[in-house]
Amino acid sequence: MSPSSRPRMTGIGRVLVIVYAIMALAATGRSFVQIVQRFDEAPLAYALSAASALVYVLATLALVFAGSKGWYLTAWVAICFELAGVLVIGTLSLLLPALFEHPTVWSWFGMGYLFVPLVLPFFGIWWLVTHPPAAATAASPTDADTAAVAS
Amino acid sequence: MILWFTIAQVIVAVAAGLLCVVLGLAGRRPSDLSVGALALLELLLIAQIVIAIIAPFAGNPPTGSLLEFWVYLVSAALLPPAAVAWALVERSRWSTVIMGIAALAVAVMAWRMQAIWTIQVA
Repeated sequence: MSPSSRPRMTGIGRVLVIVYAIMALAATGRSFVQIVQRFDEAPLAYALSAASALVYVLATLALVFAGSKGWYLTAWVAICFELAGVLVIGTLSLLLPALFEHPTVWSWFGMGYLFVPLVLPFFGIWWLVTHPPAAATAASPTDADTAAVAS
Repeated sequence: MILWFTIAQVIVAVAAGLLCVVLGLAGRRPSDLSVGALALLELLLIAQIVIAIIAPFAGNPPTGSLLEFWVYLVSAALLPPAAVAWALVERSRWSTVIMGIAALAVAVMAWRMQAIWTIQVA
């Protein structure tokens, strides 16, 4: 393996990616079940479940390919969305429990997932800060805009 | 679902998970021991799949959502092979840690499967 081909995903970064992949799998599986079985009961909560699953999938992919500028920015957007999601939904589920009688990944700050969803974005941000792509200075803001719309 | 079998799965998964995480953090590359622990766990999960197919016909029907149960079971059964495949491709200490994390995730999922089968809150 040449050092320039895939220098990004080595060491502990791989562990981060696998935890993201497991969260993506768990969130996708759960939202699939919720939407197939009883979407009409709680459209808001289950749409949120699906959205969080998409964000985890996107974050996983973006971390794997974070060596390129576009994916690096995508990773930032996905992880920040994830952090905002777990904080906002977590707070709302405590303040307005009626809104969230049906569980989502982010309810109660991800308690049902051993608080992994709460801790994970901080690790993700730490990893992104310490591992910028080689040519990050030339990063274009349009990449971030498109990624924000996509997520 | 059979409670003692779930407990056995959780114990094996937690033991394999801790073993792999410790070995990995100690700098060990994937070895026969760590891969073998994951193989044992996968064997239990395959047995669980067989049990889950037979149980409803043997007077042990699920009270919860069968679809949700199977999503969990299939996901759990995919994790150890995926982690081992990763370990064989990338033979570094972090692959051992990854196998451990996968095993710990299986432990949580196995317990959740038992809960889905027996008590349904939602």
